[in-house]
Amino acid sequence: MVQARNITKSFQAQVVLRGVDLSVEKGDVVAILGPSGSGKTTLLRCLNFLETADDGTLEFDGETFRMGHVSKRDIARLRKKTAFVFQNYNLFSNKTALQNVTEGLVIGRKMDKAKAMGIGRRALDKVGLSDRYDYYPHQLSGGQQQRVAIARALATDPEIIYFDEPTSALDPELIGEVLAVMRQLAEEGMTMLVVTHEMGFARNVSNKVIFMEDGQVLEQCGSKEFFENPREERIKAFLKTLGGV
Amino acid sequence: MSDRLLGIIVDSFTKILIPGIKVTIPLTILSFSLAMVIAVAVAMIQFANVKVLRQISRFYIWVVRGTPLLVQLYVIFYGLPNLGIIIDPFPCAVLVFSINEGAYCAETMRAALESVPRGQIEAGYCVGMSYLQIMRRIVLPQAFRIAFPPLSNSLISMVKDTSLAANITVVEMFMATQRIVARTYEPLALYIEVGLIYLLFCTVLTGLQHLGERKLSITAERRKDPWYRHVISQSRFRRR
Repeated sequence: MVQARNITKSFQAQVVLRGVDLSVEKGDVVAILGPSGSGKTTLLRCLNFLETADDGTLEFDGETFRMGHVSKRDIARLRKKTAFVFQNYNLFSNKTALQNVTEGLVIGRKMDKAKAMGIGRRALDKVGLSDRYDYYPHQLSGGQQQRVAIARALATDPEIIYFDEPTSALDPELIGEVLAVMRQLAEEGMTMLVVTHEMGFARNVSNKVIFMEDGQVLEQCGSKEFFENPREERIKAFLKTLGGV
Repeated sequence: MSDRLLGIIVDSFTKILIPGIKVTIPLTILSFSLAMVIAVAVAMIQFANVKVLRQISRFYIWVVRGTPLLVQLYVIFYGLPNLGIIIDPFPCAVLVFSINEGAYCAETMRAALESVPRGQIEAGYCVGMSYLQIMRRIVLPQAFRIAFPPLSNSLISMVKDTSLAANITVVEMFMATQRIVARTYEPLALYIEVGLIYLLFCTVLTGLQHLGERKLSITAERRKDPWYRHVISQSRFRRR
């Protein structure tokens, strides 16, 4: 469903992505692993055009786009099929939980308000926040905010959800509630591309793992194979530092 | 205090207040409204980093903030007729005040816009909103809340700055006072009197600012929401 080829990106003199290839099929849950600064987040942001990649191609749903030469209209059209969950939630602070979820539907997609409210409530129910419709982001815990963000992503009925380190900003005791929601989505067949440091999630929930280092993909394989039978020495070392996951 | 002086003071009160209500207040409201339009436009141009227009905005702010308001009034009112451009005193004052205040408020607005986390804009894009939709629904409402106190400041100082319009023959409060002084020769009492009327106007505005802030504040939202009320009731319960 998503095929990226030879994605490159530099910030000034610093090369962040050195020709990354990646492929995600419908229903895949792909975990992108790798040490800090390896370009994971930048890759994800390039796929949703939050950053403009310097070169490469992106194939989405059979359409091919040449990075750096995509029109604003195409970007907007592509974004309507995708959703993004950020590390620091990025909820709209002046909107309630429910408004956060419906805003994109009512304003961005011109959906009927009553219909959007129905979808919004169902999305919030699904992430276990049926008693928090009218709370503002600052009244919610980090875990609750991130679940609102996931509900916001779900409400737009995306074909794929990109997660950018969704649990990295959370207190340890709040990580579980967010991972549980993500796991549930995975079980329901949602296509997900997840940048994460949660080895448990990568191992038990995702079916594919992409390991990145220094702007390159070092390994792209099934998650079982990745954890049980890693080929690259570098990956063995990486797994070892994590304490034999 | 002599009876004559007391008579002058009482007599002149309405003579000063009426031009205040008829000229100073409309002049302030009109100029400030236009200044806000300019400020939001100029701030958004810089925030969105629109080419060329951004340079023009910076130039405008540089010139307007770097020259005295009085000089600006004189150039437009007494200078432009040299080029055949003649503007009536009141519209001329509105023009100069709004252009002048617009530059200051534009910087206030720009700072407020930039204080809204950029991530919220990205989130807006990701749920399918356009840039203008995100600005209107997400960024501007938050920016206004932040900009409200400094903008109130600007409004209050504008009330007083309108007295400069006396220099271009606008008969506002200060000019009206000057005329009474010329007739009666009681400068001390009358200038203090007009000062007090300015103080009265600004006191009303300060009150309105507090009201506005209360309405805009996040705590107001809190008071409405069930969770906060729950916390309040809990703490009361404990005290009992």
